[in-house]
Amino acid sequence: MSYKLQFAELLPYWNVLLYGLVFTIVLTIVSTVVGIAVGTAGAAARTFGPGWLGRIVAVYVELIRNTPFIVQLFFIFFGLPALGLKLSETTAAFLAMVINLGAYSTEIIRAGIEAVPKGHIEAGLSLAMSKWEVLRHIVLNQAFRKIYPALSSQIIIVMLGSAVVSQISAEDLTYAANYIASRNFRNFEVYLLVALAYLLLAMLTRSLLRALGRVIFKAR
Amino acid sequence: MSLVSIRDVRKSFGPNEVLKGVSLDIAKGDAVAIIGRSGSGKSTLLRCINGLETYQSGSIVADGIEVAGANTNLRELRRHVGMVFQQFNLFPHLTAAENVMLAPTVVNKVSKAEARATAAEVLAKVGLSEKMDAYPSELSGGQQQRVAIARSLAMRPKVLLCDEITSALDPELVNEVLRVVEQLAREGMTLILVTHEMRFARDVGTKLVFMHHGKVHEEGAPKEVFAAPRTPELQQFVGQVG
Repeated sequence: MSYKLQFAELLPYWNVLLYGLVFTIVLTIVSTVVGIAVGTAGAAARTFGPGWLGRIVAVYVELIRNTPFIVQLFFIFFGLPALGLKLSETTAAFLAMVINLGAYSTEIIRAGIEAVPKGHIEAGLSLAMSKWEVLRHIVLNQAFRKIYPALSSQIIIVMLGSAVVSQISAEDLTYAANYIASRNFRNFEVYLLVALAYLLLAMLTRSLLRALGRVIFKAR
Repeated sequence: MSLVSIRDVRKSFGPNEVLKGVSLDIAKGDAVAIIGRSGSGKSTLLRCINGLETYQSGSIVADGIEVAGANTNLRELRRHVGMVFQQFNLFPHLTAAENVMLAPTVVNKVSKAEARATAAEVLAKVGLSEKMDAYPSELSGGQQQRVAIARSLAMRPKVLLCDEITSALDPELVNEVLRVVEQLAREGMTLILVTHEMRFARDVGTKLVFMHHGKVHEEGAPKEVFAAPRTPELQQFVGQVG
C-alpha cells in the first residue's frame, strides 16, 4: 500500500464538480416537489376517486415499483424516441425522477390517507363538506403528518438514486466524477470526494426535512 | 307536516336485513329518543337520515329534501341535518374554534371573522368559551363531545342527529354533555337521539321509540311508555337496563 493521495489534481475541475453538485440538488428538489404532487394526486385518486381512475393509478404504481430505475430511465431516454418523443438528457432525467418518486409517494401517501379514522371523514361529510373538501381540509393534513418520516426517507433514497442519471449523460454529481476520473485517472480521490459529498448532502437533507416537519406540523 | 318523515324504510347489509320497514314521523321541536338493543338498527336508521348510509326501499324526507340514492343533494341535506357521533371525531390538527369554523368557511363561504364570532357563540353555549384555542388532545372526552356539538350547531341545522353521544364517555363526564343536549331541547331544537341513557330519554325526550329486530316496536310519550310498556320485549328491555 504505497498509494499517495493527490487531491490537488482535482482542483482544476472544481467548476465541473460544483455544476454536478448543483444539478443533483436541483434535480432532487424539483423531483421531490413535483413527485409529491403527483403522489398526492395518485393517492387521492386511489382512495377518493372513481374506481377506473384508481385502477389506472394502481397499474402505474406497480409498473414503476417493480422495475429498476435505470431501466425506466433508459426507456424514457433511449426507448421513447422510437415513438417520436426525443428528450434531452436533462429533461429525461427530471421526468424519470418525477415518475419514479410519484409512484412511490402515491403508495406512501395512500397509506397515510387510509390511516385517517373513517369517523373523521364522516364527520366532515355530515358538516355538508364535499368529498374533496374533506380530503383537502381534514384528511391530507393528518395523512402527511403520519407519513412524513417515511416520505422523508424516500426523498433521500431518490436523491442518492439520482446518481443513475449520469448513465444517460445528464450532468449530475456522479457524471462530474466520471468525467474527471476519465481525464486524470484519479479514481480513488474523485469517488471518495463525491461519496463524501453525497453523504453530506443526505445528512443535510435529513436535518432540513426534520426541521421543516417541525415547522409545518408544530400544532398537536 | 313533519320535519322528518320516514316511510317503510328497508336496509340490508348483504343478506342481513337491518331495517325491516321502519316508519316514523318527527315534528319540529321534537326530541326523539330511540332506544333498543345493539343490532336493532337504531344507528343505521340515524345514518340513513343524513345519507351516510343508503337504503334499498321506502322513503326518507328531511326538511323537504328526499334522501334517496345517488340523486340526493347531500350537501343541501346535510346543511340542515347535523350529526354528532359516539367517537366525537374532532379534527385533531385544528383547535376547538377551528373545528367549529371549518364548515362555515368552507361550505358557506363566510369570512374568517364571522366564522370566529359564530364559533365563540356556539362554544359559549356549550360552556367552553375558555377552550377556544385548545387542541382536541388537550380536552377531556366530555369537552371534546361538547365541541363536536358546537361544531354541528355552527351550521344552524334544523335537525340534530345524536348517535350514542355519551357511550364513549367516562360516567362522570356524561352529565355535562346531557345538560347541553337538554338545553338544546328546551330551546326547541329538533333532536333525534340514539341513546342508552334511559332516565334522560324519559325526562328530556318528547317522544320515545323502541326499536326491535329492525322495526319500530313501540312508540309514544316517554313517561307513559316507560311507566307501562305494552310489549313484552320492551318490558324485558326496560327491566334489564332501567
